[in-house]
Amino acid sequence: MTRRIRLKFFLVSAAALALCFFWGYAGLPAFGHGSSIYADIVNAISVPQRHITDAVTAVNFDIRGFDTLGEEFILFTSVLGVILLMRRTKDEPAGDHEDKAPGRKVPPVSDAVRVIALLLLAPTIVFGWYIVVHGQVTPGGGFQGGVILSSAPLLLYLCGSYPKVRGAAAPRLIEIAEALGAAGYIVIGGACVALGGMFLENLLPLGKAGTLTSGGMVPFINLGVGLEVSGGFTLILLVYLEELMEEKES
Amino acid sequence: MRLLPVLPVVVPLITAAALAVLTKLLPRAWSALIAIASTIATAAAAALLLRDSLQQPIVYWFGNWKPNGRMALGISFAIDPIGAGLATFAAVLTAAALVFGSKYFDSVENHFHALILCFLGAMCGFSLTGDMFNLFVFFELMSAAAFALCAYKTEDPGALQGALNFAVTNTIGAYFVLTGIGLLYARTGALNMAQMSEALASHPADKLVLVAFAFISCGYLVKAAVVPFHFWLADAHAVAPSPVCVLFSGVMVEMGLYAVARIYWAVFNQTLHADIASLRILVVSIGAATAVLAAIMCFSQRNLKRLLAFSTISHVGLMTIGVGLFTAGGLAGAAIYTLGHGLVKGGLFLAAGMLLHRFSTVDELDLHGRGRSEKWAGFVFFAGAIGLAGLPPSGVSAGDDLIHEAARAIGYHWVRWISFFAAIITSAAVLRAACRVFFGWGPRREEQPGGAPKTQESRETDRSQQRTPMTMIAPAVALVVAGMFLNFTPRLKRIATQSATEFQNSEAYSARVLRAAPKRTPTAPAPAPENPLFGISAFACAALGAACYLFSKSFRSTSRWITRPLSVLHGLHSGHVGDYVAFLTFGIAAFGLVCVLCLR
Amino acid sequence: MSYLPYAVAAWLFLVGLYGVISSRNLVHLIICVGVIQSSSYVLLLAIGYRTGAAAPIFVDIPVGTPAVDPVVQALMLTDVVVEVTVVALLLALAIQVHKRHGTLNPDELRKLKG
Repeated sequence: MTRRIRLKFFLVSAAALALCFFWGYAGLPAFGHGSSIYADIVNAISVPQRHITDAVTAVNFDIRGFDTLGEEFILFTSVLGVILLMRRTKDEPAGDHEDKAPGRKVPPVSDAVRVIALLLLAPTIVFGWYIVVHGQVTPGGGFQGGVILSSAPLLLYLCGSYPKVRGAAAPRLIEIAEALGAAGYIVIGGACVALGGMFLENLLPLGKAGTLTSGGMVPFINLGVGLEVSGGFTLILLVYLEELMEEKES
Repeated sequence: MRLLPVLPVVVPLITAAALAVLTKLLPRAWSALIAIASTIATAAAAALLLRDSLQQPIVYWFGNWKPNGRMALGISFAIDPIGAGLATFAAVLTAAALVFGSKYFDSVENHFHALILCFLGAMCGFSLTGDMFNLFVFFELMSAAAFALCAYKTEDPGALQGALNFAVTNTIGAYFVLTGIGLLYARTGALNMAQMSEALASHPADKLVLVAFAFISCGYLVKAAVVPFHFWLADAHAVAPSPVCVLFSGVMVEMGLYAVARIYWAVFNQTLHADIASLRILVVSIGAATAVLAAIMCFSQRNLKRLLAFSTISHVGLMTIGVGLFTAGGLAGAAIYTLGHGLVKGGLFLAAGMLLHRFSTVDELDLHGRGRSEKWAGFVFFAGAIGLAGLPPSGVSAGDDLIHEAARAIGYHWVRWISFFAAIITSAAVLRAACRVFFGWGPRREEQPGGAPKTQESRETDRSQQRTPMTMIAPAVALVVAGMFLNFTPRLKRIATQSATEFQNSEAYSARVLRAAPKRTPTAPAPAPENPLFGISAFACAALGAACYLFSKSFRSTSRWITRPLSVLHGLHSGHVGDYVAFLTFGIAAFGLVCVLCLR
Repeated sequence: MSYLPYAVAAWLFLVGLYGVISSRNLVHLIICVGVIQSSSYVLLLAIGYRTGAAAPIFVDIPVGTPAVDPVVQALMLTDVVVEVTVVALLLALAIQVHKRHGTLNPDELRKLKG
């Protein structure tokens, strides 16, 4: 199809699709007036039954914990996929940079940026772990905290250089941590079976609601997920940075 | 029983996590062995589930969040023979692919095994789950692994383009699914399929429900690669490594159809049942269009893997007809067809992989007569052609027969001719290619109209190409022989029909999941023994067609009257991702309009 | 105005599709896929919103206070992870495409045809 034909064909189809969207969305309850018994039950039971004050975490890591296992493995798989796709092959063609502006130099990182990045580094790591371990109390958890943690190597990159990031981040260790985090979820699920429950059944003492030790197995899962997510994103970052370095060298 | 239902999902996943770390420490043979052992364990667990679910379907609640009378809160696996059978089949095909791949790649340390295992875990979860959103999660896990595996040969520009087309179209399909799930959740306040079904059953279906049905079905149909969503499949199969193609063609595509059947019977049946006649026309005609169109495309290919890919699309069209008949016979036929086709097509893709390993090309004209030394690959190709034509006792013949019976019972006599046509053309295409490659029959490149441009194919291996190792020959031969003799006992059809009847019993499904109330479905009548004439005549016609094409110059030149429409058809398969998404938009919009306007 | 968020969700989906089919650059195309995915965030969150209700965090509000739907928020969290991973994979593909084809324009990718 030529561009014009494709565009016309799409616009006609999209008009029909818009009609479908209209029909579908017009049947929804007005914004802010929906109701769901599922949600009401979850809101009612997450504190009394599970001692988890963040109902979203209760859904993610307890009630629908198996979804999150799948989700964690989606991330794990994609990290493997990105590493696979970005691997160096023998007959790599010399990069052509014709699409780059000629004579344009990348300005060096200013000292102000370096200092600020350096100052932010430690608080970012602390904040990341804070979010990871408070998942069952306040908004947060392994996913959110893990992403914050994985921004630490990026800060290190900003205030130093790529070799430093590589040295500090130790890709091999991160790979191990990431795989451990992913496997940890399954191990916790299996431990529940060994303790006499169903897979991922929350059998540990639930603790006092609103504290770090509440929620039974949820903090442990969060730690595993935090490890997996921070490791996974750091690996993706490293792979992309490696690519960038290679272009600079060539 | 507290652990068994989870094993088919967690065994491959945890092995993948272990392998991701260990591959660099272990010799290559070890990680291949671990992966194969884990796959066999998965197959065994799934087979045990299959055996148990034949006695009594299994419902498993994760975290022991059983429904408390009002509401299903947790995620459940609702395991019935069709789902468990599909999981077992996925594990068996994966084992074959891994054995084939163990000496196939030059650099497997790049997480090939771990990715395949994640893929397998996702497929098992997908076929066992009883939760709408969990289905989506495993769908995405399956896709993420599939995208990466498809682009495994990153040095091949075609592989990147194929994987990109695959990833973009399937991701957009997945977001139609999620939009549909959102609509259904807003209406029912539930995510469990049985719960959704009960909530929907209390009201007649309105436009929202129909749009949600259209979006979710079409999203999964993108994976199933029916017309007009099929474009990505040929691209992805032509470029993916051959062992991966086995999984794509043999079971991943069929997973899309399985999901459509599952969501219809588990969620929408009670509310849409009054409109089943219109729905039947819609889905069966999509299937028929797919079967015919892809068969024509199949015959006009010269890249063997692309030829096999279009053959897969054509056969998926026939399975779509089976599912779209919305009767137990049709579904049972589609299920057996999936097995029979997956085994045969898996063997064929592995044989294509052997040729690629030996000669670094899968172009039919390049290979002219060069395959004489590859006796086993030749055997697989000819056996595969016989299997695809549906010669009894192949699985394809049993599936065909059940689908024909079911179609005749509701007055769709023409379905027989569609499937006859597809069987002849796809089998003739494989026969033609096999005769050319392994016997050197037919015209050479110079005499072939349009034979000039040579398609480049990058090698998947760079080890000694002097001989084909046994680890490649054995799985290919085993798969194709299993496919040819699948229907050795009439029990298979009886079990499939019984399982399909149970699959379609929506009330029993809901009762089982929500109230743990076992309700036996009445025993299905034993299907009549099939008529071998259909398969024999289809194969005879295919052989005749292939012979005419190879030996009669006038046949080839008279066949040029279709060249013009054919070139238009080829032009549509442009490899341009924008075109594919435009067709996807068109297909979903059309499906949605038909659903809303005709089902009310 | 009570249907505006749904209209936004539908608009994002359609405009993302338009971007994908009309794109001349793969990176742009991938971001457009991201736009389609954002449509599902808006839809899910809009479905779960309750006028005047609190966030479903029962730390300083007593249990029983009307709160918005936590289930769709959990679904959305999964959705975000899915989007991130798919975009990471697609971008990796785009980088390789640029290396092997020397272009990012989908109109100039001509390896697969017919």
